[in-house]
Amino acid sequence: MTQPFELVNFTKWIDSTLQALLPSFWVLVVELLLVGIALLGAYALIAMMLIYIERKITAFFQARIGPNRVGKYGIFQTVADVLKILLKEIIHINRVDKFLFYAAPFFMIIASVLTFGAIPFGVGLQALDFNIGVFFVTAVSSLGIIGVLLAGWSSNNKYSMIGAMRSGAQFVSYELSAGFALMTMVVLTGTMQFSEMIEAQRYCWNIFNGHIPAMVAFFIYLISGHAETNRGPFDLPEAESELTAGYHTEYSGLQFGFYYLAEYLNMFIIAAIAATVFLGGWMPLQISGWDAFNQIMWYIPSYLWFAGKVFVLIFFSLWVRWSFPRLRIDQLLNLEWKYLLPINLINIFIMVLMVLAGFTLTDLFN
Amino acid sequence: METIKLLIQKNFPNAIVSEAGKLTVAVEPNELRALIQLLYKNEGLPFDYLVYLIGGDEGEKLGVTYLLSSSVDTSAEVIVKTATSDRENPLLYTITDMYETAHLNEREVFAMYGIRFINNPDMRRFLLNDDWVGFPMRKDYNADPALNPISIVSKEMVDIAPRIMETADGLVEETVDIFEKDDYIINIGPQHPSTHGVMHFRTALDGEIVKKIDVHSGYIHRGIERLSENLTYPQILHFTDRLDYLSAGINRHALCMCVEKAASIEVPERAQYIRTIMDELNRISSHLLAWSAQTNDLGATTAFIYGMRERERVLDIFDKTCGGRLIVNNNVIGGTMFDIYPEFQADVKAFIPYMREKLKEYDRFFSHNVIALGRMIKIGNLSKEDAISYAVTGPAGRASGWACDVRKYQPYALYDKVEFKEIIRTEGDSYARYMNRLDEIEESLKIIEQLIDNIPAGDYKAKTKAIIKLPEGEYFQHVEAGKGLFGVYIESRGDKTPYRLKFRSPSMSLVSVMPLICKNEKISDFIGIGGSMDYVIPDIDR
Repeated sequence: MTQPFELVNFTKWIDSTLQALLPSFWVLVVELLLVGIALLGAYALIAMMLIYIERKITAFFQARIGPNRVGKYGIFQTVADVLKILLKEIIHINRVDKFLFYAAPFFMIIASVLTFGAIPFGVGLQALDFNIGVFFVTAVSSLGIIGVLLAGWSSNNKYSMIGAMRSGAQFVSYELSAGFALMTMVVLTGTMQFSEMIEAQRYCWNIFNGHIPAMVAFFIYLISGHAETNRGPFDLPEAESELTAGYHTEYSGLQFGFYYLAEYLNMFIIAAIAATVFLGGWMPLQISGWDAFNQIMWYIPSYLWFAGKVFVLIFFSLWVRWSFPRLRIDQLLNLEWKYLLPINLINIFIMVLMVLAGFTLTDLFN
Repeated sequence: METIKLLIQKNFPNAIVSEAGKLTVAVEPNELRALIQLLYKNEGLPFDYLVYLIGGDEGEKLGVTYLLSSSVDTSAEVIVKTATSDRENPLLYTITDMYETAHLNEREVFAMYGIRFINNPDMRRFLLNDDWVGFPMRKDYNADPALNPISIVSKEMVDIAPRIMETADGLVEETVDIFEKDDYIINIGPQHPSTHGVMHFRTALDGEIVKKIDVHSGYIHRGIERLSENLTYPQILHFTDRLDYLSAGINRHALCMCVEKAASIEVPERAQYIRTIMDELNRISSHLLAWSAQTNDLGATTAFIYGMRERERVLDIFDKTCGGRLIVNNNVIGGTMFDIYPEFQADVKAFIPYMREKLKEYDRFFSHNVIALGRMIKIGNLSKEDAISYAVTGPAGRASGWACDVRKYQPYALYDKVEFKEIIRTEGDSYARYMNRLDEIEESLKIIEQLIDNIPAGDYKAKTKAIIKLPEGEYFQHVEAGKGLFGVYIESRGDKTPYRLKFRSPSMSLVSVMPLICKNEKISDFIGIGGSMDYVIPDIDR
């Protein structure tokens, strides 16, 4: 298959040029730097785009217009917002635990960036491709909760404290479900490496390949992913009408910006992982045997496929967020421990049986 | 009422009973409790509903006026008056044990007149600081700003309440702690997005569970009642809109009617139609805002904006009618300030089907949402007995099964000529209050439908004298505002200004019941229940 618009052609060209100019050690150093810069740049850019998209879509849901002043259709609104938040004064609070208070936002942002690095954006566009990719993602993404708990604890504010405690309970609970849902798919594909997972879904997405248990897992993953990002009906830690702003009440300026960015990026990360594990990741739509059709599909570059799938999931997440009222903490924990977790455990068992008995779609039709 | 009169005369031969207007009984302070108890326990028609508790300064004496009514028949009313001549240390007996609503009202009377109530469990001042010098509503109050300078120093909250209790050894002054020693107390308010105004609930928490709530109010107290004593009646009108600003027009209607009744001003038929239609539109806008705010308190921002969108249509009609949107300055003594504009009927008739359509949308979007139901059903239960004891009227009172719609039982304007259903539910939870409001919007639409095509031609305003003087006497007027019974009490001594003017606010009852119904609920539900009660703070901080 020719892949004319893939960015991998460009990165390969950079690599070969550097190889020709520098000794191999320095090539590595320069490439690492370039990848780091590219990731951070993408991180900021995607966050800004997401904020704009969210605001426009929300406006659409709520019979409003949304940003429409800065640039055509307000597309530069978030750029202006980011500039504003960079320039804003960081208000120093007197009675906080200084060290923890200032450290907390970094936990949040670092966890988010680390997870971001493991996401396969397209052919050859993956910074970290471990053989335990799924494990790595679940592990580092849960570091963020430390930032939330520290923020709530060190702020010396009772509202922040309640928010942080809620967040702790919520995160620990739903991380379990999210993890199990991903494990169900690991059982199906037999690998934890994202690149292999995507390759395995070339002709049949996991969600179809594993049919019923896979769809259950997908649904559970979306719910718990939603809960992990503190959004939608699960935004208890920062429940505006109850706790003003929850755990980040006392933060201002860029520190607040870190939480804000991380929240949006986490939404993206959850959608990206769901797209990768369940919906074939960046792999274009391919049908076994239809070579001409497959070639046409490849003319649409893989990163656009990826972006499209992620966007659909994010739209779904926004739809849920703006339709439902907020759950109460006990209802939230009931949902997890009494419903999602048992369903999940049974589901993973069914999946194991199904894979062993050869009832997946590819087994049945090949 | 004749039997009540005979009963009182038989048991209290010393009481002065008069029957100019409402049945009025004046007794000595030592007989007050016995009299009220007699009325409270009256067979068949128990006077278990305290509508007003009004402090008053009669010069020599400091007095309290109670307007008692019955939950069975809210049109039956008895006025009980008592007064003490001790101005230095005035003491009266409390009736809080019978009427819970008396608690906050007695504390307000203490703050304003300095009358302390024996056996009231918590005799702190309400609406004013504990260190306020003087009693503002007394006629001899010294208003020198030097006595009560504006403090810019942050004061610690003191959770200790003084009180006077009657024991075997006589009266004992004592203090009581509001909270336990190790309680985790958070301040919900005065600045909080969901207190619907500058309300302050000091809340003791046990984890997420509310243990106890202590209500503080008065952050925006403006002394409207005191200011009114120096203003003429047309001038006072403007204050009514600033009480419960969501029922602005309805409040103003109440004061207008009270003055018209006292001064025997005949209001033209056309004005009655305009007033009734405007009142119902006002109720719709108030209920829409209540619905929006409640959904927002439960975390559904989209529903909030939907409610605001429909409310905008009502406000546009107000805007075109009189220029005001929130503060509808339309009612004046003798009629309305402006006639309706030519397209008024067309606009209102276009609004009715639109609103019906949107009510269906609310139903589809929110009323049966599984999360919303989980957050409202069986949450914040208010029994009928408590609703009566706390004098919780309006949609909230009717959600507890208490038929208390003033429009039905003491009809004013055109409410005796139109047909509408009084919405009553018996569950008494947040969901019943929520559904009551939506159903009342529908009933309001029906009322408007019956009136809108029949507005008679003629004057929209009666000719009134330039200076309105009310004959000596006491005048009451109740209306059904968006949140419940809004009442005006005027005591006139024949001047162009009132001697005493009292606004009975429905929101004060709604707030006073919050500590009861939120006990042992989660903190999230406390916010949700607050939304379902729908109180407005300027209404309390008069």
